[in-house]
Amino acid sequence: MLIEVGHFALALALALSLVQAVMPVWAARSGDQALRAVATPAALGTFACILFSFGALTYAHATSDFSVQNVVENSHTMKPFLYKLSGVWGNHEGSMLLWVLILALFGALVAVARNSVPPTLRANTLAVQGLITFVFVLFIITTSNPFARVSPAPVEGNDLNPLLQDFGLAIHPPLLYVGYVGFSITFAFAIAALIDGRIDAVWARAVRPWTLTAWSFLTLGIAMGSYWAYYELGWGGWWFWDPVENASLMPWLAGTALLHSTVVMEKRDALKVWTVLLAILTFSLSLLGTFIVRSGVLTSVHSFATDPTRGIFILAILILFIGGSLTLFAWRAPMLRQGGLFAPISREGALVMNNLFLAAACATVFVGTLYPLLLESLTAEKISVGPPFFNYTFIPLAIPLLLIVPFGQTLAWKRGDVHAATQRLFAALAVALVVGLAVLAYTWGGPMMAPVGIGLGAYLVIGSALEIVSRARGYGASRTRSAGVVWRRALGLPRSAWGTAFAHAGVGIVVLGIAAQGWATEGLKTLKPGESLASGPYVATLDRVGPRMGENYSETTAFLTIRNTAGDMIGTVETGKRFYPSRKMTVTESGLLTIGVSQVYASLGEVMPEGGSIGLRLYYKPLVLLIWLGAVVMALGGAVSLTDRRMRVGAPARARAKALPAGMAAAE
Amino acid sequence: MTRKSRRLILIAACGAVLALALGLILSAMSGSIVFFRSPTEVAAQGVAPGTRFRLGGLVKDGSVQRGPDQTVDFAVTDTNATVQVQYRGLLPDLFREGQGIVAEGRLEPGGIFRADTVLAKHDESYMPREVADALKAQGRWQEGKGMVEKPAATKPADASTAITDKTLGQRSER
Repeated sequence: MLIEVGHFALALALALSLVQAVMPVWAARSGDQALRAVATPAALGTFACILFSFGALTYAHATSDFSVQNVVENSHTMKPFLYKLSGVWGNHEGSMLLWVLILALFGALVAVARNSVPPTLRANTLAVQGLITFVFVLFIITTSNPFARVSPAPVEGNDLNPLLQDFGLAIHPPLLYVGYVGFSITFAFAIAALIDGRIDAVWARAVRPWTLTAWSFLTLGIAMGSYWAYYELGWGGWWFWDPVENASLMPWLAGTALLHSTVVMEKRDALKVWTVLLAILTFSLSLLGTFIVRSGVLTSVHSFATDPTRGIFILAILILFIGGSLTLFAWRAPMLRQGGLFAPISREGALVMNNLFLAAACATVFVGTLYPLLLESLTAEKISVGPPFFNYTFIPLAIPLLLIVPFGQTLAWKRGDVHAATQRLFAALAVALVVGLAVLAYTWGGPMMAPVGIGLGAYLVIGSALEIVSRARGYGASRTRSAGVVWRRALGLPRSAWGTAFAHAGVGIVVLGIAAQGWATEGLKTLKPGESLASGPYVATLDRVGPRMGENYSETTAFLTIRNTAGDMIGTVETGKRFYPSRKMTVTESGLLTIGVSQVYASLGEVMPEGGSIGLRLYYKPLVLLIWLGAVVMALGGAVSLTDRRMRVGAPARARAKALPAGMAAAE
Repeated sequence: MTRKSRRLILIAACGAVLALALGLILSAMSGSIVFFRSPTEVAAQGVAPGTRFRLGGLVKDGSVQRGPDQTVDFAVTDTNATVQVQYRGLLPDLFREGQGIVAEGRLEPGGIFRADTVLAKHDESYMPREVADALKAQGRWQEGKGMVEKPAATKPADASTAITDKTLGQRSER
């Protein structure tokens, strides 16, 4: 019964989102204020309906209701409870429902957010948001109904794919989706501005919190997915330039550019048309990502059963939104009042360079991801574009971008001074050079790019710290050397300055982690108990191989002891082959030993029946955790920036409004 | 600085970055693209030794031989032609005889394909798309039905258990 009500609630959400989409537009034509106000309750109603619908599906999964097709295909009574819950979005139908739930959540937040957005802009934004929700709910109801029943109900389900029964994958999709879908708000704002024909600093200030929120979550979501692939798939890599990974990287690159261009728009009233275009492109790339992941058009190490009708439906959605918004852009953008030009050497000049490089990098990823599809449809020739292509095109574009990051922060608005900026960054440049050269000398004969990357990472981290320090010390007459004053001033700096410093330092930390992978080592050997395999500075000894039972699997585990080259014991690692009887599937579980921020990574291969010998691959991954910790620091920077006073107080008109609690401010 | 020169600098910067990106894409395209070949194509057209490509097909029954030190030999077939493959490393969990796989590597002068990467999709019923297409070309695969004329011991694909979620397949690299 609850399932049917859930299904009905989804249909109700379809109708409500249509109301939300149509009423503000109608109101604008008829000039009826009351009609325009309908958008707010409609947005809240849509969210409530979808939340109920999602709750109904979650309940069916939690209670293993095998009369529901979706539960039968993805659940099992023996499955641990956490994975019963995460199994709700561990499949196509459920994950699309999560997608629209987050979409409706953002719509509801826009509806209740108390900020200085002009009523017309808000109503139009809600209308666009309503249209997106309508189309995706229609997609779910017509092609991917999660509430379909089976009769007679089987006694047992097929279980969730064992690879997905993992904590990392339980939280990865929600994080990623908040990121993807969060950009729908900036998109809706951009379309609303185009409809309005008016765009200004108020607009930039209104979209900034949304962009920051979406960006922070997308950063975390990508990092989580990367870490999951690293430890769960047993091949030791952390990024494969796989189409599904690229699908999440492209909106991130465009979103990062958008984050920076809205700053220029807010401060200097420039780059308006470009910012609107970026807002459209960022969400278009999110939609494209959904299409790539959900349609299976691209061959990926992520496997999907392809369903042509779904692919065509999503393609139609893609054409509707991307084509529609770009047509609107081409028609209306010339009417937007252009901002002024500005000096090339200035904060805004540096931000333009940031946008250029990010856009170019995004374009190369786009070409590399979609070119195989284009070539196959034109010539029927099948190709794969792999890591060499992306490393060759992406890295040369990323390095100059990273080099200008600290400069951009240091340069003043309007008119910067390269000489003064270089002087202020002298310490960062010098330390980075010394670090790079020292590492190069120490690892002489190793990979050349790794010390370069270490130097670059150090430069970014130190550059971010210097920016805070030099701002706290002050300039000219107010310059001080007193540590106490510097400390107090540093704490008094705007939160957005701290947020920027954290985010940029986070990028530096990621670069350090990536660069250090140049020294990663791996070993491969057939081992009998008592024998050893070395990788880098560590040696793994096989103690024994034995069976182990899990909640819903049985495992053959290899127990290893890790020693350093001097023979001192560092720790133990267990890696195994898990057999899940419900799916008759075997999954390799890799074993990790964390030493500081480095890891020793063991992956079990073939287990020979006679003699207890095993195939073992052992990796040493120096500083590897920095890759994901850096991403967390970046997201933290986004969160700190969100608490900035500017976000809460907003436009001058808002100064009279009563202060909002912190939670509301973050939601704005 | 005049308005005109500011605009010129902006346009020049845009042009330079775009030209750099385009140049990188074009030069990378010529060097780092890997083509997909089925065993029939390898047999018929011949691939120059040393050219990197992806080989896809079914692991031939009874062909898997494990050598010392984690080396493994097996044959990849599309039921028409067969290519002998040599690989050193851990194989994906779902690698087994009769399973569709994709191997990436180079053909050696003796006609043996030396793979450095072996990919197998994680779901037993899932056939890599290229392999399905190659088999279709042989008339051995039908959309929705799976293997038409099944080679011994190969299960027909069961569409009902097909996975619809976001999952990574198995992969092994040397």
